[in-house]
Amino acid sequence: MAGLSSSGSSAGGLGRCSHAVVRALPESLCRQALRREKDSEVDFARAEREHQLYVGVLKSKLGLQVLELPPDESLPDCVFVEDVTVVCEETALITRPGAPSRRKEVEAMKRALESLNLNIVEMTDENATLDGGDVLFTGREFFVGLSKRTNQRGAEILADTFKDYAVSTVPVYDSLHLKSFCSMAGPNLIAIGSSEAAQKALKTMQQMSDHRYDKLTVPDDAAANCIYLNIPSKGHVLLHRAPEEYPESAKVFEKLKDHMLIPIASTELAKVDGALTCCSVFINKTSEL
Amino acid sequence: MTTEIGSETEVKKESEQLEANTAQEGTEEATESQIQPDLDNPVSEKVQSSPSSQAPVSQSSPTSHKKEKEPSEGKGISRFIPPWLKKQKSYTVAGPKDEAKKREQTSTGEECATEVGEHPLPEAAAESKGNLEEATQNQQEVKADDQEEKHSVSSAETQPAKEDSKDIEVEKVSEEKEEKEEKGEEGEKRETKEVQTTDLKMEKVSQKTPKKIKTLPCKVMLLDGTEYSYDLEKRAKGQVLFDKVCEQLNLLEKDYFGLVLQENSEQKSWLDPAKEIKRQIRNLPWLFTFNVKFYPPDPSQLTEDITRYFLCLQLRQDIASGHLPCSFVTHSLLGSYTLQAELGDYDPEEHNNDYISEFQFAPNQTKEMEEKVVELHKTHRGLTPAQADSQFLENAKRLSMYGVDLHHAKDSEGVDIMLGVCANGLLIYKDRLRINRFAWPKILKISYKRSNFYIKVRPTEQEQFESTIGFKLPNHRAAKRLWKVCVEHHTFYRLVSPEQPLKATFLTLGSKFRYSGRTQAQTRQASSLIDRPAPYFERTSSKRISRSLDGAPVGITKSDQSLLKDFAVTVGPAGDKIYDSEIGGHGKLKDGDGRDEDGSLTKTPQLELTQDGKSSHETLNVVEEKKQAEVGIEETIVTEEINRGKIQADADAGQTRKMGRLSKKDSSSLSSDSSSSESEDEDVGEYQPHHRVTEDTIKEEQEENEDVKGKEENAAKGVQCVETVQGSQVEVTVEHSQVSAEVLVPEKAVPTKISGEKNLMKEAQQNLREEKDEEQLKINGDVSHVDIDVAPQIICCSEPPVVKTEMVTISDATKRTEISTKEVPIVQTETKTITYESPQFDGSAGGDAGVLLSAQTITSESVSTTTTTHITKALAQAIKEAKEQHPDMSVTRVVVHKETELAEEDE
Repeated sequence: MAGLSSSGSSAGGLGRCSHAVVRALPESLCRQALRREKDSEVDFARAEREHQLYVGVLKSKLGLQVLELPPDESLPDCVFVEDVTVVCEETALITRPGAPSRRKEVEAMKRALESLNLNIVEMTDENATLDGGDVLFTGREFFVGLSKRTNQRGAEILADTFKDYAVSTVPVYDSLHLKSFCSMAGPNLIAIGSSEAAQKALKTMQQMSDHRYDKLTVPDDAAANCIYLNIPSKGHVLLHRAPEEYPESAKVFEKLKDHMLIPIASTELAKVDGALTCCSVFINKTSEL
Repeated sequence: MTTEIGSETEVKKESEQLEANTAQEGTEEATESQIQPDLDNPVSEKVQSSPSSQAPVSQSSPTSHKKEKEPSEGKGISRFIPPWLKKQKSYTVAGPKDEAKKREQTSTGEECATEVGEHPLPEAAAESKGNLEEATQNQQEVKADDQEEKHSVSSAETQPAKEDSKDIEVEKVSEEKEEKEEKGEEGEKRETKEVQTTDLKMEKVSQKTPKKIKTLPCKVMLLDGTEYSYDLEKRAKGQVLFDKVCEQLNLLEKDYFGLVLQENSEQKSWLDPAKEIKRQIRNLPWLFTFNVKFYPPDPSQLTEDITRYFLCLQLRQDIASGHLPCSFVTHSLLGSYTLQAELGDYDPEEHNNDYISEFQFAPNQTKEMEEKVVELHKTHRGLTPAQADSQFLENAKRLSMYGVDLHHAKDSEGVDIMLGVCANGLLIYKDRLRINRFAWPKILKISYKRSNFYIKVRPTEQEQFESTIGFKLPNHRAAKRLWKVCVEHHTFYRLVSPEQPLKATFLTLGSKFRYSGRTQAQTRQASSLIDRPAPYFERTSSKRISRSLDGAPVGITKSDQSLLKDFAVTVGPAGDKIYDSEIGGHGKLKDGDGRDEDGSLTKTPQLELTQDGKSSHETLNVVEEKKQAEVGIEETIVTEEINRGKIQADADAGQTRKMGRLSKKDSSSLSSDSSSSESEDEDVGEYQPHHRVTEDTIKEEQEENEDVKGKEENAAKGVQCVETVQGSQVEVTVEHSQVSAEVLVPEKAVPTKISGEKNLMKEAQQNLREEKDEEQLKINGDVSHVDIDVAPQIICCSEPPVVKTEMVTISDATKRTEISTKEVPIVQTETKTITYESPQFDGSAGGDAGVLLSAQTITSESVSTTTTTHITKALAQAIKEAKEQHPDMSVTRVVVHKETELAEEDE
């Protein structure tokens, strides 16, 4: 049953999932969504198309049960569901996003997760902030980026929520989130960008861990954010940024022979700092399927 | 043969004496009268001593030693000793040394034989297993006697006195071994030792024979909540009790376990098996808890189910008490395995709603959790108890806090953190977050001073220098406890065999503690030889005893013989023997070695100077080491004492300043610590983790080291130049650039730097791999590789201005396997306080430092004293090589320059 044996430290369970939660993007995203580069303009139609493709892959190609939450125009960033919750095994931590404008995004997510019968833990401490984008779960442990969006207290609450696992903090300086330049590309495999900041963060993570991870270094930080899934009928699945966006990085991914590679373009959401992982939350409900 | 051994024992005695002297001046006088007889006793007489007579020896050692030494001083060395030395208590030491040397000289031809004899010891022990019982009894008796004697001696003892006792223990251990051997009828091997001891024995025997053996009640709380009572010899060592408990439990894979002193509930204090119980626990009755000490990273590799069972019991306690945090799901899962193991398959009829309530699965167990547990229990149908335990462990071992021993501390900024010691290294937590981690390969040195705990870590890629990171522990005891735990964990998990004890160190400040048990590698090997049918054991639940999983004593005392039924000792050949021998070494020697080292202690003259007002302590230690597999292992140990915690300032000063040579020093302080290994009072302790690493781990280390490349230079900076002078004398000048409380030159780094080639690192590492124990260092490429017999370590104290110069005279090492360093007159050191701990010393010889200098000039031939010095490995190597190249020469002088390095407390 759940527990460490199935999805936990063995890392064999990494990427296992049955459900995904996504949220459609509101039109307000184009102008109001937070972004680091102020002058970037989002083509909403194209953004929507890309997102629908993304959801389509999860739903039809991978056969996941996808919960699609409706957009909320008052929450321009609500498409980035990853930031509002951290789900590990049967437990979901509802975060307190670092950006005040995003705090209300958690409500819809909480309801969705409750519907999946997850154990819900809410981050109520007003001193705590945590964006799910700063949380890297390797299957063995958590790394939490301490960024503008995530603070120590938030990380502590995460550690209290997932007691089985070591939770190490990693300073994040130049990026929005920890996962802006890294992610898991397979069990025990960390995809990492080539920037100095990314490499430094990787070093930190390596030092903090009792475990030795393999690393997959890609030229582009943004491309290092990919989605690894382990779907029973498909095996290792990797959603990565399309070659049109990051050709050099795509070549690196293409070397992963054991993975089913699915390139996905995310040019528009990228303008508001959206990465692939940002737009979904994966849940593995074994007992009820 | 005899000579060697004799020297050793003497050495020990000396060290003891030194301490004793310092501690108890008054006593000395009393003992002096007796001295003459001792001196008169020729070696030959001693040789014949019988086991029974030996017993008293150990006790007498402190006093008797003194006696012997004092007279000797008068005759021999004393004349060489500067007046100030004489004034000090330590002066007595010199006498013994002379004797030792004399003996050595006379017996040089025999030395080889001795070695051989020593090596066999373990075997002998094995042979005498049957006699172990007797032996142990004898030992106990001896101990008891010793204690009584000690009491008389030590009534006035202060801290130093405690140290003495420690040394004494060491001696005792060796004696015990001897006894065993004798019983084994191998008297030949150890003749020498006995001889020496005999003197003591003779004296004491007559006096002490009438004494009775006193026993004390002792209770041990077992993991299943039951409590056993034992009557222990008053002087029994921890090992005696531990062995009894393991016997009771029918546990063979016992190296993972230990006994915890039930003194403070907050932090576990482990009973040191190598030391007398009474010295470790103050209160009566003696209460202990049997616990897992080293959590096997992979419990599936344990050989016996019974071992896994006890590990499960421990983990259930850890979990229920909250020490091992788990999620709800994990609590439930582990609880379900517990039910399966203890109750068997779920039976709806038998297992009604309440059956679960007698179990505690979590600190805050909810109905919901219990329901989950039951639900999961149903799914485990068919699992045997052993299988359920295995499943339990497979899940528990993955918990992030599994096997992590947490200690409260503060960082340099006063922020509360936790230091977690585990199999892989040291973890730093702030609240529940891991904020840093130092794998063992990253750690160059572990030390504590007062209530501060330091680790020196390899430079990262961005850094050029090693950094020393300090943590503030709640108190001195906590710091020492943490340090010991680190030493033990490192040794257990990463070394092939226990490191050699620091016994030989002469003048070393601080704790000599080393892990004396078997390492994981050793215990695995021993376990693989276990050949007995799976022992039957009862699980607690089947007994339906009220259980307290939270670790609270149940108060049930039972003498359950059922556990003993199958107790057949089928430990592999290596098993008990090794264990004994190691223990005997007091730390860690493997039999013969241990003794030698101990012996070396005695050889060292102690010089202590204390400057009033200044509390810094410096120590120069020349250590004579035997070289065995462990050659080269000992690295530098630096002891520094800064009374005030103003380490940084000192360090800074040190950096800027290069230490002049001898002349600079105002005062030199040397303290002999020989006996100090365990006293709680020890202010400082150092440990350098990088010696022998088990093979499997070496690779990792290498990898880690690779990152460090290019920094080796820094590491190696300790040795700046080595001059080899041909002729009868070889001068080696070593400059130490690092001072902070610890001046250690990473072994690996040293070679590289010296050669100036960074690539050497790799070579060195490879060598490491191939020869774990021996590292070959090339110095300037000129020197051929030679095994190092002497691994003296020079420790520079943190005090910036302190310069230490040492003269090391190395006798022909070729003849002696053990130690080549004959004389080490110690140079002056700037540091004032030699006695790091005893206030008594203060002010004793502050101004006399200059005198020390003169001591240096003494040549080894003229002076028979031998000094134990810790010298950096590089230095040792240099000396050795020099020796090798010029066997006919001796190293008369070693000049060590120390440069201070910032003690980086920051971080």
